[in-house]
Amino acid sequence: MHVVVCVKQTPDSAAKMGVENGKVTWGEAGLVVNPWDEYAIEEAIRLKEKYGGKATALSMGPESAKEALKTCLAMGCDEAILLSDATLKGSDALATSYALAKAIQKMGDVDIVLFGKQAIDGDTGLVPIGLARRLGWAPLTYTIKIAELDVAAKTIRAERLLEQGRQIVTGQLPAVIGTVKDINEPRYPSFMGIRKASKANIPTWSAADIGCEPEKIGPTGSAMRWPTVYPLPTREGSVELLAGTPEEIATQLADKLLADKVI
Amino acid sequence: MTNKIWVFIEQFKGVIAQSSFEALGEARKLTADLGGGVTALLMGQGVSELAQAVIAHGADEVLVAEDATLAEFRSEAYTAVLVKLAQEHKPEVILAGATTRGRDLLGMASIDLGSGAIADAIALKVVNGVVNATRPVYAGKLLSTVMCDERRPQLISLRPRAFPKPEPDSARTGTVTAVSAALAEDALPTKVVEYVVDENRVSLADARIIVSGGRGVGGPEGFAPVRELAETLGGALGASRAAVDAGWIPYAHQVGQTGKTVGPDLYIACGISGAIQHQAGMRTSKVIVAINKDPDAPIFKLARYGVVGDLFKIVPALSAEFKKRLGK
Repeated sequence: MHVVVCVKQTPDSAAKMGVENGKVTWGEAGLVVNPWDEYAIEEAIRLKEKYGGKATALSMGPESAKEALKTCLAMGCDEAILLSDATLKGSDALATSYALAKAIQKMGDVDIVLFGKQAIDGDTGLVPIGLARRLGWAPLTYTIKIAELDVAAKTIRAERLLEQGRQIVTGQLPAVIGTVKDINEPRYPSFMGIRKASKANIPTWSAADIGCEPEKIGPTGSAMRWPTVYPLPTREGSVELLAGTPEEIATQLADKLLADKVI
Repeated sequence: MTNKIWVFIEQFKGVIAQSSFEALGEARKLTADLGGGVTALLMGQGVSELAQAVIAHGADEVLVAEDATLAEFRSEAYTAVLVKLAQEHKPEVILAGATTRGRDLLGMASIDLGSGAIADAIALKVVNGVVNATRPVYAGKLLSTVMCDERRPQLISLRPRAFPKPEPDSARTGTVTAVSAALAEDALPTKVVEYVVDENRVSLADARIIVSGGRGVGGPEGFAPVRELAETLGGALGASRAAVDAGWIPYAHQVGQTGKTVGPDLYIACGISGAIQHQAGMRTSKVIVAINKDPDAPIFKLARYGVVGDLFKIVPALSAEFKKRLGK
């Protein structure tokens, strides 16, 4: 079985984000594997360990995204591929899902593509469902458990975490699976894994390598524009500290919250 | 079906999602700039009786697709209906709630329609006939203005509770038109087997009041007073990542960057220091109350009311007080 996990390199979730001259900044914080993707990477490795075959990590991004791919290799992915090209820059979900679909099609033998729920930079969560549509594969977004997988029969039974609870679905492979946090506990890269990954030669595929039509990628292939990014307005006012015995505090707070009409 | 603004009405077991009503309210506001009326698309099985409530909340026309293949939301089946109708009637804007279903539906439809999807908008404004949407990025640490200039329709999901729910007007009138499903069962790659629904669970995204516990609750048992206060107030129980990662409470309760993003009227943080990742998930709450032992905890910078003290003394006192006030 061939499992592909799509990852993105993002600023560390602890970073203090800012905007300078219209560009997003994250201070001294490093770039990491998108935290949601760690669960998808772990699931890819577990599937490979359980059912055999291989796990490939795929990232679309700048050259620096190879560091994120090295983390995938260090955790236990077998191969990694960087999809990188100046013409892919500025792609929205429409164009990104197109390019990823082209890369998956080039691999040819993929049974499952895994994603984290969303990337913590753009936060759209649109690429997994878009890729499923592009490929015409079963869309299993918000998956919290892969309950059964029959590689020979190419069937899957998954549990999806929706607003009202868990939805149990069955589907046919190939499938695109979006994961949520509770699906597993991601492992740490092993010492051996880190050593192996540091020496790995990660191939880069260009837009031409995967047969992208130039008008379907980058700003031309995108429907969306996001010309302005700005910091949140600061919350007005300062905290009003309440003091006294617990009962006195409770009385004061109840008065205030009822007056604010939030209860 | 000639209206320019459409709204996807999400229902689960015959109950319309709050975010769909909020989208209807926002659709009506858009008609002031874009003209025309509001068309709503309602799908399911045995759901036609919900059409009147959809009209009362702002629709002029309701398209109802009823079929066994639509009984449960499946993105492929629902997308096929939406895309077919949109290709025929060419709406300018399609709104939905930014729920798991609304996000998937619009994301999938955007591929078929070759247009742009905007996920999780918190404000809309029409500029030169184009909807400019404000949406949080970097987990709410920054905001971005996004738009789909040329391609149509503009597919926009609205964050639950970011827009007011309109008051229903039972005197409103509108038309109800039946439309058909677009795919047969054997063309669908997934089947819904069952739901495991937690009847007692209040969805964090829809909650008006959230009471959350963090590292300061000290263990699974420490959530008992926090849970009691949430129940007293009819609110939902939240948690910080620290408490979830410690295994004290399931992930479904997590508020923050790798959990849920919420915006209730009242957020009471008990024993939560307020790491930047937690703030990202709750800072749009209308009123924030912080209860923490550490007077330097960052949560106090966000809070309107703060109590520096022991949550195990303060929280039970609050529950007792509210039980009295609310006559429970």
